[in-house]
Amino acid sequence: MESAEQLRDRLIAAFPEARVEVLTNPAPVAQHSLILDPAHAAQIATYLRDAPDLAFDYASNVTGVDRPDREIKEKITIKETVDGEEKEVAKEVTRTEPGYLEAVYHLYSMAKRHGPVILRLRTENRTDRVTLPSLTPVWRSCEFQEREIYDLFGIVFEGHPDLRRLLMWDDFEGHPMRKDYVEPDDYEWEPTPHDAFLIKAKRPGTGEEAAPAAS
Amino acid sequence: MTEADEKTIQDLRRSGILLTTLEDLYNWGRSNSVWPLQFGLACCAIEMIAASMSRFDIARFGSEVFRPSPRQADLMIVSGTVTKKMAPQVVRLYNQMPEPKYVIAMGACAISGGPFKQGYNVLKGIDRYIPVDVHIPGCPPRPEALLHGLMELQEKIREQNLTGENRPRHLRSDVSGEFPVPEFGTCDLEPPSNPAVWTPPEPIREGL
Repeated sequence: MESAEQLRDRLIAAFPEARVEVLTNPAPVAQHSLILDPAHAAQIATYLRDAPDLAFDYASNVTGVDRPDREIKEKITIKETVDGEEKEVAKEVTRTEPGYLEAVYHLYSMAKRHGPVILRLRTENRTDRVTLPSLTPVWRSCEFQEREIYDLFGIVFEGHPDLRRLLMWDDFEGHPMRKDYVEPDDYEWEPTPHDAFLIKAKRPGTGEEAAPAAS
Repeated sequence: MTEADEKTIQDLRRSGILLTTLEDLYNWGRSNSVWPLQFGLACCAIEMIAASMSRFDIARFGSEVFRPSPRQADLMIVSGTVTKKMAPQVVRLYNQMPEPKYVIAMGACAISGGPFKQGYNVLKGIDRYIPVDVHIPGCPPRPEALLHGLMELQEKIREQNLTGENRPRHLRSDVSGEFPVPEFGTCDLEPPSNPAVWTPPEPIREGL
């Protein structure tokens, strides 16, 4: 099978206006993945499925990933004029890398017996622009997994035939697998609290009173 | 029954005369045909299935008839994790069972939520909504443990009185065998527990 770089070049040749990047995996497994831009994802997916020598007819797994905003501290050297003298000053600069939500598709070919090819689609941010194109029309097996991602991460899949919550009930609020999900504070007494629950157990009013904390 | 009576009964039994009470006979029959409801919730169900197969053979205790309808079942084996989404259905199934009915909470999750206790989607024990007769600890419990739990339940059934203050719920008209079904809230079930069935344990805060 073609390597991720060869596949990227081939996809760019087939879809000149699409943006395809390779994300290398430094681990020994070296499963590199392709980052697609959402606008062309459905076309590229159809191409991967229908090209006779690729024939990725099976999407085995769809996963959600939450990347919160990250603060990155960098040391840079700037030339500054101090007391009329030009000096190189080392400065620490913090910049914020915006977060995003990601859907990861693992594709295999049953016909050609090769794979996996990993596709990643990223949303623009984590709050309001969380729409991605659904690949369920291309691979039917994505249906429930995209519903699960919608349920737990809050990615809205455009073009999904039946986008509802899968694991939680319909009236549930929030997306529990997001890093910033605040679970209801329904801590109650337990015999051997540890870690975060030890802190909760030591709180005044928790555990000492018989009444359970209202959620 | 006095000690002398017990001796007389044993003597009579040796000469082929069976003397017993209606209560004993009734409970003996009941305790040896406890039909469980056929449903499983998680990995504990696999152990329950193993217990019903030939190697462990739950039929030795008269409980091999797993009923696919709650209307025909006497025993609910809550075998596995009860998620918050599933809990109303479990309570509803319990309500649909005819009296007398019993509940075995099998495994750490059914008892307390187990390893998922502080999670967002798991009920912290089925005994919050329905009365549990036997708790079987384990993750999952071995089939032998389930059989032991069943024997404990049989013992409990045999000790029930037909008359008097302590008679079980199905012989009383003032107690209902139905329990309110919780509803889905925004992040938890409403109410989070049934105070008529369950109250939070008294905390022990020594050495913290």
